[in-house]
Amino acid sequence: MEFDALLLSRLQFAFTIAFHILFPAFTIGLAAFLAVLEGLWLWTKRDAFKVLYLFWVKIFALSFGMGVVSGIVLSYQFGTNWSEFIRLTGGVIGPLLAFEVLTAFFLEASFLGVMLFGWRKVGPKLHFTATCLVAIGTSISAFWILSANSWMQTPQGFEIMADGRFQATDFMQVIFNPSFPSRLVHMLLAAFLTTGLVVGAASAYRVLKERNGPAVTGWNESRISLVMAVGLVAVLAPLQLLAGHWSGEVAHEHQPSKTAAIEGYWETRADQPLNLFGIPDRDAQKNHFEVSIPGVGNAIQNVPKDQVIQGLDAWPREDQPPPFIPFFGFRIMVGLGLLMIALGGVGAILIWRRRLFDSPWFLRFCVAMGPSGFLAVLAGWMVTEVGRQPWLVYGVLRTRDAVSPVATAEVATSLIAYITVYSIVFTAGALFILRLMAEGPVAALAEPAPRQDRAPGSALAKAPEDTTPGEGV
Amino acid sequence: MLDLPLIWAGLIATAVLLYVMLDGFDLGVGILFPFAKSKEERDVMMNTIAPVWDGNETWLVLGGGGLLAAFPLAYSVLMPALYLPVLLMLAGLILRGVAFEFRFRARNRGRKFWTQMFAGGSILTALAQGLILGGFIQGVTVQDHRFAGGPFDWLTPYTLLVAAGIVAGYALLGGAWLMMKTKDSLHGDAKRWTLISAAAVGGLLAAVSVATLFIHPRIASRWGFDLGSGFAVDWPTLAPLLAIPALGLIGLWLVVGMARRGSHRWPFAGALLLFLSGYLGLAASFMPYIAPYAVTFRQAAAPDNALGLMLAGTAVILPAILGYTAWVYWVFRGKVDTEAGYH
Repeated sequence: MEFDALLLSRLQFAFTIAFHILFPAFTIGLAAFLAVLEGLWLWTKRDAFKVLYLFWVKIFALSFGMGVVSGIVLSYQFGTNWSEFIRLTGGVIGPLLAFEVLTAFFLEASFLGVMLFGWRKVGPKLHFTATCLVAIGTSISAFWILSANSWMQTPQGFEIMADGRFQATDFMQVIFNPSFPSRLVHMLLAAFLTTGLVVGAASAYRVLKERNGPAVTGWNESRISLVMAVGLVAVLAPLQLLAGHWSGEVAHEHQPSKTAAIEGYWETRADQPLNLFGIPDRDAQKNHFEVSIPGVGNAIQNVPKDQVIQGLDAWPREDQPPPFIPFFGFRIMVGLGLLMIALGGVGAILIWRRRLFDSPWFLRFCVAMGPSGFLAVLAGWMVTEVGRQPWLVYGVLRTRDAVSPVATAEVATSLIAYITVYSIVFTAGALFILRLMAEGPVAALAEPAPRQDRAPGSALAKAPEDTTPGEGV
Repeated sequence: MLDLPLIWAGLIATAVLLYVMLDGFDLGVGILFPFAKSKEERDVMMNTIAPVWDGNETWLVLGGGGLLAAFPLAYSVLMPALYLPVLLMLAGLILRGVAFEFRFRARNRGRKFWTQMFAGGSILTALAQGLILGGFIQGVTVQDHRFAGGPFDWLTPYTLLVAAGIVAGYALLGGAWLMMKTKDSLHGDAKRWTLISAAAVGGLLAAVSVATLFIHPRIASRWGFDLGSGFAVDWPTLAPLLAIPALGLIGLWLVVGMARRGSHRWPFAGALLLFLSGYLGLAASFMPYIAPYAVTFRQAAAPDNALGLMLAGTAVILPAILGYTAWVYWVFRGKVDTEAGYH
């Protein structure tokens, strides 16, 4: 393996996007959670919802900031490292990225300011509107970026002009390409699950801690958020299994080489087995230490037993994706997904039996599952992106033909610089977030916030003493 | 039939101008951070921009994303050409951006570190943007629609001069912004910073203007100078363009004169005018090139159907963006003092 500009650019993209995806995966769900909390607070006037809002909005602000700065890197990296990709396909994929900026980034960035700093400046309903707009913005952003990424997986609605550049023939086909609906649903569910698992872990940690202190009888903040989180996981985790299966079916239809890599199929044949384990070996073109169940592979893919499913031998070697990462990434993702379903199912039973807060083993399980959403998201993205190789745009543009004409030393420099900066920034950010979580919702009350005299009963802030109130539009 | 490439060139130029003006004062506040007297002063300085910086920075994402979408050829030539300065800018933007939250969350040593990162990140970003601008104006080497120069083409005495000018210019914007947004002793400091930066900007802008004439024969002839054989001036070409430096002089006068008369707002308007004049001067120099002096904006344009689709969307969305951006500035209008709490 030669460390040339191509390989280093791939490593750099993988590194920077892996860090970036963690934050949207968390903030998409967290923004919606905050909107729900603020809505419940306005509606029920219960203080607990206000405290929860004030607590989680701090974690949101930290995460969102890190998501913003790591996202800008990506929007410039397309040019610095993958300039041929943009030169050739910019006329097709560019509008999708531009619409993301126009419809989502401005909305999020502008109303985030009101959400974080507008307590004393706007009324409660307007503040709630700002929270909702930020939440909507994060989902719109997911819409466009998933559309662009899905087009790279299942391109359609374009033609290649005489000079090699791409031109759209139908933008509706570009945007709503075959893999887009299933991948958007899969990603949004993943984001909500990730948030639910983090909120659940932080809340379970506090509930566990409180077991050692003075007895808690009623519904304090951590108990409320724990039930909300476990309930969310109970509903969404099984749905995610279906969404993932849907996404897999689309891949099977449109990207058969990816499916073959995921399943570890080398041989094209009918009646494929289900490979549970193995070490895919590209040189030997087979799996070592294979553990498989014969006769059920076709059923998993939803096709009749006598139908032929392609194995990797259907493609010349230079067109095969490297199977190792898709094969294991997929199994890690599915394994974590099954654990999430277990968490939701057991949690739902415990809630129903009113035993949730008295089951330390389950609370510890919730804490342990805190990072599982992030891990599953990373594993899933590696499956889908490595599974697309050797193509950047599946079947049309190879990754190696898309790289910028830059020197290897330049890419090595930038990769080292990113690793250094990201290590500092994201270590610090993670520590700040973990510190807040360890303190729990009381942290919300310890800091300057809407003043006490106007909080109870009403909502966020009305600011009678402020001399420059901006009462809205 | 609409001239789509021309409209898009105008839209992207506007986005970049808005970015430079809006994030310019954010970065300027960061550049001035080391000169503040106390933690409380730095808190207030940061609080004047905390609610709006993220929206301001988004214009940079629109500038980059818009260039990618509307002029993919220019984007794919410029980014590899400016690889290292873009890297420096992104590193600076990361450190500056997270410092808003981190400085507030950190304790003791950590706060000191993130204070330094906020200032350092802002200065690095400004320097890098100056190098990018300088490297852009002096032109890039292109062959077969691809960048074909070396990794350090952007590093010349000229680009260093432009970088110094951008740092001084952002400091001026930041100082004038703080004059408008603060009171008492901090306001007095801001006034001093503004006047010092204005002097630096006046000198550097003049130096950059003269140096730019020597960067490429095209620029000299665009301004009516013939520097090839001795020195000749074509007045009919030069005369109408003199309105641009005149605008700059008015801006400079607004900054200095009105600051001395005790105005809190006019210096900021003057600083914006000064930036507008510099921007127009450069735009007049390199139009119609979008990757000087190899690719024009027409050669780089995306297919018409892509430009048309984006224009339809932009026509609806951009007024909304401008509307709610103005509303956010309205909500956070007025002076900021130590009382203005975070979150």
